Amino acid sequence: MHMADALLSPAVGATFWAGTLGTIAYCSKKLKENLDEKLIPLMGVLGAFIFAAQMINFTIPVTGSSGHLGGGLILAIILGPYAAFLVMASVLTVQALFFADGGLLALGCNIWNMGIYPCFIAYPLIYKPLTKNSTSNGRILFASLLSAVIGLQLGAFSVVIQTLLSGKSELPFGTFLLLMQPIHLGIGIVEGIVTAGVISYVRTVRPELLESIPASRPLAAGISLKNVLVTFVILAAITGGALSWFASTFPDGLEWSIEKVYGKAELPEQEHGITAVLKGFQEKTAFLPDYTFKKSENEAKQEEAAPSWPGVDTGTSLSGILGAVIVLGVIMIIGVSIRAIRRNKS
Amino acid sequence: MTFDEEYFNIGYLDRLSYRDTVVHRLDPRGKVIATMIFVITVISYPKYEVIPLVPFFIFPVLLITLSDTPFKFVLKKMLIVSPFAVFIGIFNPLFDTRAVTLADGVLISAGWISFLSLLIKFTLTTSSALLLIATTSFPGICTALQRLGVPAPFTSQLFFLYRYIFVLMEEAMRIVRARDLRSFGSRGTDIKVFVRLIGILFVRTVERAERIYNAMLSRGFRGHIPSMRQLRFTISDAIFVFLTIAFLSALRFFNITEMIGRFVQELAV
Repeated sequence: MHMADALLSPAVGATFWAGTLGTIAYCSKKLKENLDEKLIPLMGVLGAFIFAAQMINFTIPVTGSSGHLGGGLILAIILGPYAAFLVMASVLTVQALFFADGGLLALGCNIWNMGIYPCFIAYPLIYKPLTKNSTSNGRILFASLLSAVIGLQLGAFSVVIQTLLSGKSELPFGTFLLLMQPIHLGIGIVEGIVTAGVISYVRTVRPELLESIPASRPLAAGISLKNVLVTFVILAAITGGALSWFASTFPDGLEWSIEKVYGKAELPEQEHGITAVLKGFQEKTAFLPDYTFKKSENEAKQEEAAPSWPGVDTGTSLSGILGAVIVLGVIMIIGVSIRAIRRNKS
Repeated sequence: MTFDEEYFNIGYLDRLSYRDTVVHRLDPRGKVIATMIFVITVISYPKYEVIPLVPFFIFPVLLITLSDTPFKFVLKKMLIVSPFAVFIGIFNPLFDTRAVTLADGVLISAGWISFLSLLIKFTLTTSSALLLIATTSFPGICTALQRLGVPAPFTSQLFFLYRYIFVLMEEAMRIVRARDLRSFGSRGTDIKVFVRLIGILFVRTVERAERIYNAMLSRGFRGHIPSMRQLRFTISDAIFVFLTIAFLSALRFFNITEMIGRFVQELAV
């Protein structure tokens, strides 16, 4: 369920990058506070373990298709939330770079979707209270099943939200939700069974292994800040989501809130100075097109026909297509000739 | 070659990243920043824009050719990861059926235009990520991230992860081969055996981590990995970043494609 760059808008991508980077910084700080040198190599090697485990596939009983291990939950159980989040973030970074899974802007969203939910919601709020350090296999199975399913459902839901906020897809909310959630219910059940199986297996074969690792992480004991963090995360998600929702989906939403503040729909205008310059710059760039506060009459009218296909004028689009063909041709010639020159040299 | 082998052949990318070309020699920090700006610029175009996106192909083309990266390899990698974006995007033509005029009398539904725009954005962004790693060694990227302010615990274990991917993947391959030799048809590929295999792999991994840690301790490890490699941000790196930004903003602010098209049209008339 890797989110893709092409489906994102810069505002949504940047928002989730900010959230993700903040969490990485927070987790790193937490790790540094109780620095256990042993943890760094263990984290790295376990990250590599997730990749290796993904190479082994198995047949899913009912469907006959093959499945893989996701890994977020199992890392959280073994390493505790902070270290597990960092490992998950690096697994996803490597996936984004080497397999082009998702992309660099979407990496923020992906770390959020597949790191935050298993590490900071599913594990501390569901798995831990349910197992209470019990070693009964049934209990572990139930707890990991429930937390894996909830973690993945939240992640899938976030993908839907991020896509909709970005406004690049025409899929209606309900349809998209119906496409994503059931698939991830299946994936979640498999993930839960596998996680529980591995934990129970290791517990029977080498019980001292699991105990030696938590012993080397005083972190798990000291999560008094856990609730604070969870609240913060949820709050950030809601505000971030709500803000970009207003900004990108209903351009009127922001104006509406400005109206509340100023008593009229438009911000008091500043014709001179830096604001005017910036406004001109912003109109020119339209980097975040829906964030423009002030619209001139004409632009507002165009906006009403939104989302408008810019320049439906036949002449414009014709010269555009012509230009595109020429530009592509030139790029190809450049590419081919550089390659030829380099071949000749070597 | 199966899907898995295609997906996981990161050893090839690793070898590519240690070559010595103009692009490889640039400072990793410059490349990371330039790639990020490139992706954001491409993504910033509204969903119905197709024409102004075309000139951006110059970036991947220049990078591929100047760094001698095999074109087919990049293409194949992109095809493997394309399903999600294509799957979501293909609904645009279904739901957005307003007709727009393309040229005299040629009508097309707006959804197809936004789908095309999505595909172009997908191609540009995925290829830029792949080319970044194909031209920059992974330790280089880790050092760059650390210098750019990413916390050390994160970058050190990222470095470790990369080092051990190859080792553990070989281990996993051996396990899979052993299983395949002993199983017939779909026997032995069920979830029960899988859980055991993962468990074994896990136990071996943790034991390995222990040995690594001991070996590192005896070599003087103190919580972070010192690097002998000096990163130097030279004038040519500064020029590279500056040119990239200048060119990207020129493309973003002016619709160069259409200007060229109009110019040629006028010449023809």
